[in-house]
Amino acid sequence: MTKSLNVPLTQQEKEELKNGDFVYLTGTIYTARDAAHKRMFECIERGEELPIDIKGQFIYYMGPSPAREGRPIGSAGPTTSGRMDKYTPKLLELGLGGMIGKGKRTPEVLNAIKENKSIYFAAIGGAGALLSKAIIKSEVVAYDDLGTEAIRKLEVKDFPVIVVADSTGTMLYK
Amino acid sequence: MRDINVSKVTETVKEMCIEINHVLSPDMAAALDKAATNEKSELGKQVLGQLEENIKIAKADMIPICQDTGMAVIFVEVGQDVHFNCDGAASLEDAINEGVRQGYVEGYLRKSVVDDPIIRNNTKDNTPAVIHYSIVPGDKVKLTLAPKGFGSENMSRVFMLKPADGIEGVKNAILTAVKDAGPNACPPMVVGVGIGGTFEKCALMAKHALTREVGKHSDIPYVKELEEEMLDKINALGIGPAGLGGSTTALAVNVETYPTHIAGLPVGINICCHVNRHISREL
Repeated sequence: MTKSLNVPLTQQEKEELKNGDFVYLTGTIYTARDAAHKRMFECIERGEELPIDIKGQFIYYMGPSPAREGRPIGSAGPTTSGRMDKYTPKLLELGLGGMIGKGKRTPEVLNAIKENKSIYFAAIGGAGALLSKAIIKSEVVAYDDLGTEAIRKLEVKDFPVIVVADSTGTMLYK
Repeated sequence: MRDINVSKVTETVKEMCIEINHVLSPDMAAALDKAATNEKSELGKQVLGQLEENIKIAKADMIPICQDTGMAVIFVEVGQDVHFNCDGAASLEDAINEGVRQGYVEGYLRKSVVDDPIIRNNTKDNTPAVIHYSIVPGDKVKLTLAPKGFGSENMSRVFMLKPADGIEGVKNAILTAVKDAGPNACPPMVVGVGIGGTFEKCALMAKHALTREVGKHSDIPYVKELEEEMLDKINALGIGPAGLGGSTTALAVNVETYPTHIAGLPVGINICCHVNRHISREL
């Protein structure tokens, strides 16, 4: 099934989506990958507030190439989600809405997706030029010193993703 | 003795970095095209169609094919009758790294290199490169650049097999690595394999095998057969484009071999995604 939805998704929309559904997302998402996750996790461990309010929001595991003049962003495809698995259950517990990346997740993450009725989408790995066309605005909102690994707030329009782990915590990948 | 100014090396490396991150080599583009025609799964066809569209956009709008513009791996074949003129300034190594720096900074490529594997501060110019030198006959210099993305690099393996494991052991090792890589390595992949040598030699051969033109086979008859058989077996795994199922999991299996020790059978498997970038220039 193919759907167009506003992101962040409502709880009902998340629970209605099933593995294999094609979704075009329009709205706001945040980027964070390895280094930003490590910092956010350290923040949580110290009992400090996160630099962004993750409640209900979607994180896209992505570090873009630099934008040429006149463009909002450079190449912008997903990175391998598995490297964030160590941090993901905690973020879901704190209210993270969902994730966009590529590749398999650990049973711990899948279980956390099920318990929190969250969702995990994949974007097509290695299609960074194509995907950049669906990003209309990009702004660094935290950890600027991390360069490509900074947290960015993105405005997306018809950003193409596929449901690879739905709210039941089962994975599409064999 | 032929004199080559290292500034020529810098310029060439810079140009190669920018070109290969935006324009996929003709062999890879042709392989993807063929795969899109032959893919059996509808979803797989759709993914391959998106990848072809991605390549067109990358070239037309000068947006890197993939945001992971890689760590620059460079094979430098130096003719033994070449003398590098450094103008008293940079060494050959510095000249190569300067080319990478200029290419990645001026070409809007992502800076993905950290200065230390544990401390991890980004060097902000994608240097240093990983450079492999070899001395060859003649008075030319051949530079081959293969920027390597780490989604697939992370799924690469070295197996120290026993001689008794033989060719079946090698086949199992390749299938194990590809199965474990699955969707993480951004299939359809190109699989580089090095058989023989020592621990480091097999890994280096596997890396070098990725720079071979896709569609070209080894000159050694049994190795060519192995390449063809493994490509069929990998594609029968059903992992498919983007790992979403289908008959295209790999575009090529390239194997290199080297003599080895009586006690060993090292096998290196370097997995590359569908953005298998390789470009060569001769000076």
